[in-house]
Amino acid sequence: MPPLKIKKGSSKHSAYDLRDPNAEVLEAHTLAVVVDNEAGVLARVIGLFSGRGYNIESLTVAEIDHEGRRSRITIVTTGTPQVIEQIKAQLGRLVPVYSVADLTVEGPSVQRELALFKVAGQGDKRVEALRLADIFRASVVDSTLESFVFELTGTPEKIGAFADLMRPLGLIEVARTGIAALARGAQSETA
Amino acid sequence: MTRKMTGAKMVVQALLDQGVDTVFGYPGGAVLPIYDEIFQQEGIRHILVRHEQGATHAAEGYARSTGKPGVVLVTSGPGATNAVTGITDALMDSIPMVVLTGQVPTFAIGSDAFQEADTVGITRPCTKHNWLVKDTESLSQTIHEAFHVATSGRPGPVVVDLPKDVQFATGTYHGPREARRSHYAPQIKGDMEAITALVEAIETAEKPIFYTGGGVINSGPAASQLLRELVEATGFPITSTLMGLGAYPASGDKWLGMLGMHGLYEANLAMHGCDLMINVGARFDDRITGRVSDFSPKSKRAHIDIDPSSINKVIRTDIPIIGDVGHVLEDVLRVWKSRGRRVNGEALAKWWNRIEAWRDVDCLAFKPSEKTIKPQHALARLEALTKDHDRYICTEVGQHQMWAAQYLGFEAPNRWMTSGGLGTMGYGFPASIGVQVAHPDALVINVAGEASWLMNMQEMGTAAQYRLPVKQFILNNERLGMVRQWQQLLHGERYSHSWSEALPDFVKLAEAFGFKGIQVKDPSDLDDAIREMIEHDGPVLMDCLVEKHENCLPMIPSGEPHNKMLLGEMTAKDAIGSKGAVLV
Repeated sequence: MPPLKIKKGSSKHSAYDLRDPNAEVLEAHTLAVVVDNEAGVLARVIGLFSGRGYNIESLTVAEIDHEGRRSRITIVTTGTPQVIEQIKAQLGRLVPVYSVADLTVEGPSVQRELALFKVAGQGDKRVEALRLADIFRASVVDSTLESFVFELTGTPEKIGAFADLMRPLGLIEVARTGIAALARGAQSETA
Repeated sequence: MTRKMTGAKMVVQALLDQGVDTVFGYPGGAVLPIYDEIFQQEGIRHILVRHEQGATHAAEGYARSTGKPGVVLVTSGPGATNAVTGITDALMDSIPMVVLTGQVPTFAIGSDAFQEADTVGITRPCTKHNWLVKDTESLSQTIHEAFHVATSGRPGPVVVDLPKDVQFATGTYHGPREARRSHYAPQIKGDMEAITALVEAIETAEKPIFYTGGGVINSGPAASQLLRELVEATGFPITSTLMGLGAYPASGDKWLGMLGMHGLYEANLAMHGCDLMINVGARFDDRITGRVSDFSPKSKRAHIDIDPSSINKVIRTDIPIIGDVGHVLEDVLRVWKSRGRRVNGEALAKWWNRIEAWRDVDCLAFKPSEKTIKPQHALARLEALTKDHDRYICTEVGQHQMWAAQYLGFEAPNRWMTSGGLGTMGYGFPASIGVQVAHPDALVINVAGEASWLMNMQEMGTAAQYRLPVKQFILNNERLGMVRQWQQLLHGERYSHSWSEALPDFVKLAEAFGFKGIQVKDPSDLDDAIREMIEHDGPVLMDCLVEKHENCLPMIPSGEPHNKMLLGEMTAKDAIGSKGAVLV
């Protein structure tokens, strides 16, 4: 039986990590970091990224366990496989960090972002904006005679696509939350 | 044991409960309550330094020579910012240190109050962890946690920032046992599968080498003992980084000397040519690797380190083992013995033959002079005349530091205090004070250059006040020798600001502070001068005038691999290429 022709890095959801550790390709990874919710912890994490020259594409942080005083930081970062491994190791050795999970390599995950869009305009553009919002299942959370505020939840790509459509229709302001992500299935990646 | 007391009293009580006997510090407005408590007790000795940077380096010297954490107490604002260099130095060299800083009262924080600085903000990137204590109830637990973090896993400095009102207020004291522990618990035991893989590699290796570092020293004397046992049992050659000197004795016959930029020829060539590299507690620093792409091209690499972020950071590792060096070496020895203590003896003998040929190059040879004292000669004589003493060596940073590492022999761990990672000029003198405080009867020598030494010369007051008989052995070339050497190599011999203009009369300076001052410039007087320095019962400032333009060799120029070493008298041209020129 001839060996399977598997190209290194061809699948990020393989049972085996097929990525070439020495590859110079940049990869985007979503990291879920559970930390003590103590003063300065976010500055510590961000300082690590800026001090060592790593990228932050998106960052979300909120308390997830009030009793246990824990917060979850979701970071989307890019780097070569070696840099990504280094980022995880550097995060892991921070004293207030409980766990670091790489949702990109540890199996399938769901990633969602919430965004608010303020679209101002009148006439046809206003009608078109409302129609497109309906297609995207965005909801109207504020309305005046000259404007709407739409709320939209989805993948970053969906949010980006909606923003592109709204721009010619009078988009004047956007607020995005950054990504919240969880692994699919019954297992907890950060326990 | 819980009881009520003021925050200031808690600080002293917590230090006592942590077994602290010495604090290096300098008082100021925001730590006055703590100083008041120190005044009223006798369990802790406070050493008053002359500058907060001196306190941090003294604490490093104390820590490095005892294995215990060094403790520093300074005030807010400038007290804390002056300590930053020493804190960063301790972070780079993994020295356990607890720095207590005063802070303006909590209600004044953020108001740009007098002597206010954002100490936790400033020290966040240069500590292992830091805390601002906002209420007295959590103070004692925070200090116990600070000691836990500073001393466990990869050691490092921590800062506890203490607002003045928190020091005055009363709260409940918790002892170390009942204090709440955080989840911080680094992995100590190595993975047995990886350890077995290393043992298999040891059994078959044809050209093996141990490459050891400061992690062996930090793991404790037992780790050094286990390393010696493993080296003797396998018969493998061993080299070490600057930080790891003394873990394996320099007199041992498997010892190749230090490796790296100014390491020995045989050590670097063996690293380049080996087929199995066993990194024990070292971190592939750029002073060690040279050009990374040509680093030890044919070797399988094992890396034992307690810090997971050290693995694969610079050099990719085939056998990573995360754990404490002592624990891992114990397991390696046990597994290797249980499998029959096998090594590839025939290949190993051939490997040693090659190494002996490299050794015959005698890379540390230098041309002696009858007129001027060569710095290498000064250190060779210092070695000969002090090696039988109970001796501790500190250094500043520069050529003299590298010569000390090359020409002095270290037989035991914790005997060598030097600023490796950060390369802090001004480290050695205060460090020698910290060592002498910890070892009052030992011979403590700081090998210095005159430029580095002047950076923290104010600590003469400290040494005089506490009658610390530290020996300051200054190799005075009236130059910033290493800077001058690089300018010769790299910048067309344009010696921009690399000479020491307007130097003091060191003998008079010594006498002004109650030191003994000795100047020596004739090689024939050197031995007597060194003896006089050793025998004097008190601090000595030795001004040893040496050859002004001596270069520190051998040397791997920046951006070159291990097998491109410069030996003997180097020529300025072509030594460092344009790619290497941008490197430091």
